[in-house]
Amino acid sequence: MMTELMEFNEVLEHFDPALGLEVHVELSTASKMFCGCSTEFGAEPNTQVCPVCLGLPGALPVVNAKAVESAIRIGLALGCEIAPWGRFARKNYFYPDMTKNFQTSQYDEPIAFDGRVEVEVDGESYVIEIERAHMEEDAGKLTHVGATGRIHGADYSVIDYNRAGMPLIEIVTKPILGTGAKAPQVARAYVALLRDLMRALDVSDVRMEQGSLRCDANVSLAPKGSAELGTRTETKNVNSLRSIERAVTFEMRRQAAILAGGGRVLQETRHFHEGDGSTSPGRSKEEAQDYRYFAEPDLVPVAPSKEWIEELRASLPEPPAARRKRLAAAWEVDEKTMAAIVAAGALELIEATVAAGASPQSARKWWLSELARRANEAGVELEDLGVNPADVAATQELVDKGELTDKLARAVFDGIIAGEGSPTEVVERRGLRVVSDEGALGEAIDSVIAASPDVAEKVRGGKVQAVGALIGQVMKAMHGQADAARVRELLLERLGVG
Amino acid sequence: MALSAEDVARLAALARLDLTNAECAELAPELDVILTSVAAVGEVAGPDVPLMTHALPLVNVMRDDEVRPSLPREVVLAGAPDVEEGRFRVPQILSED
Repeated sequence: MMTELMEFNEVLEHFDPALGLEVHVELSTASKMFCGCSTEFGAEPNTQVCPVCLGLPGALPVVNAKAVESAIRIGLALGCEIAPWGRFARKNYFYPDMTKNFQTSQYDEPIAFDGRVEVEVDGESYVIEIERAHMEEDAGKLTHVGATGRIHGADYSVIDYNRAGMPLIEIVTKPILGTGAKAPQVARAYVALLRDLMRALDVSDVRMEQGSLRCDANVSLAPKGSAELGTRTETKNVNSLRSIERAVTFEMRRQAAILAGGGRVLQETRHFHEGDGSTSPGRSKEEAQDYRYFAEPDLVPVAPSKEWIEELRASLPEPPAARRKRLAAAWEVDEKTMAAIVAAGALELIEATVAAGASPQSARKWWLSELARRANEAGVELEDLGVNPADVAATQELVDKGELTDKLARAVFDGIIAGEGSPTEVVERRGLRVVSDEGALGEAIDSVIAASPDVAEKVRGGKVQAVGALIGQVMKAMHGQADAARVRELLLERLGVG
Repeated sequence: MALSAEDVARLAALARLDLTNAECAELAPELDVILTSVAAVGEVAGPDVPLMTHALPLVNVMRDDEVRPSLPREVVLAGAPDVEEGRFRVPQILSED
């Protein structure tokens, strides 16, 4: 069934979008939220579970102090107030991803609330207000077995509870208004900011593809100028920055087509499909969910002291915006270039490449052009391309030493992406070193001059620019493995105009 | 406000309890007596009595972030209704549509 969509530009002529973003961050603690089971990713199914995370009778949870500390630091970094006293709550539901039949969460007493952050899109700043950030536990991982691999039509499901009880922080925004055509980019920039922030705080791996940062995107449309919000949909588990932008764009276009046709947007959860960037309805909710929240009797309240909060505030890293300013000055780039670096997800990568010894210019050149293009072509984030900052610095070092040309360096990156090892290994394996053997080069030059007497004559006669054609032929004869500047020098020398 | 048979039916559905209409009707006044009795506590407690959700006046009972041994997998799966390749196996969750 084809979903009807309105052209994006037309959507904006008639409607104002409102966004609400819920981001789940899995904390990188060693043990789970309420028990000592390991949180290590990738273990054999059901080997990291115990009576507490299985909810067996008589088991008592105890809060992980590190998780509370991370929650407070995240709250502070988001500009939130920290609750001086708060309880956990049971969110009751029946679904096999939790054996307890409830999720331990926070309800009306979140640990952090009323924050704000700023994101920048195309040089314009947008304030995003944070409603709350609360602590909760993750659920187990269901795998649906059947022809489709999806829950609908599955024959049965199998469950791994290793993830059940992992510490999560859920960060919820207030409605984000007034972003217009920039709504998809603002959504993306906000999640990118959270990712950077979590990384700077060192509280999570924030690997979106492993699910340690997940975003649910609420989107609604209101007639242009209307003060009231429209009916929203919630697109669940959008797991890459690019997908967030696409999911918001798709929902705006889909909802606009429905509203323009006189229809009503259904309030529902939807799933995002990476393949074509569409969304489709999720579990239907014939009746509104009733989670019957109540205070968790097995856990006592968390009441962080003022001293502790201030101690944690003092330990906060440099805020991302300040860091960008500092790096822009150090790298001598303007705001526009910096924005491009951030948008490409290259800030950390360039910083690490510079730290590994490359100049800011060369680091920026590789990440923003060559590597960004390849990531784009492969449809992956820059950091997931398979090239790390040390590789880039090492490759640039070979260029600086004259052992590689830029063209050969590009072939080195091909090799690294293909999994052929480090830059030096790729150079060896592919025989990419610049030929500095002047004998071989000299021979190639002589035969090119002999093969093109007309061009050679022109150059001798003073038309020095004509040498370009000869350089090209020599480079071709050398399979690109020569330094073009040196070739030019030798050619001109041979032709008596050097 | 008295608890109705419809209230009980809704609560039963939420708790996945299979009650007949007759049982709902019978339970409503019984549960109502319990609720009324508990509500009486609220009348006795004056504004000088602080809200209490725990039996002990404790806060910040926390543990250090240290990994402790988990259960052996065969013990974990011993209580599973069905097992497949080290995972709990459960029946179909949603039907085709």
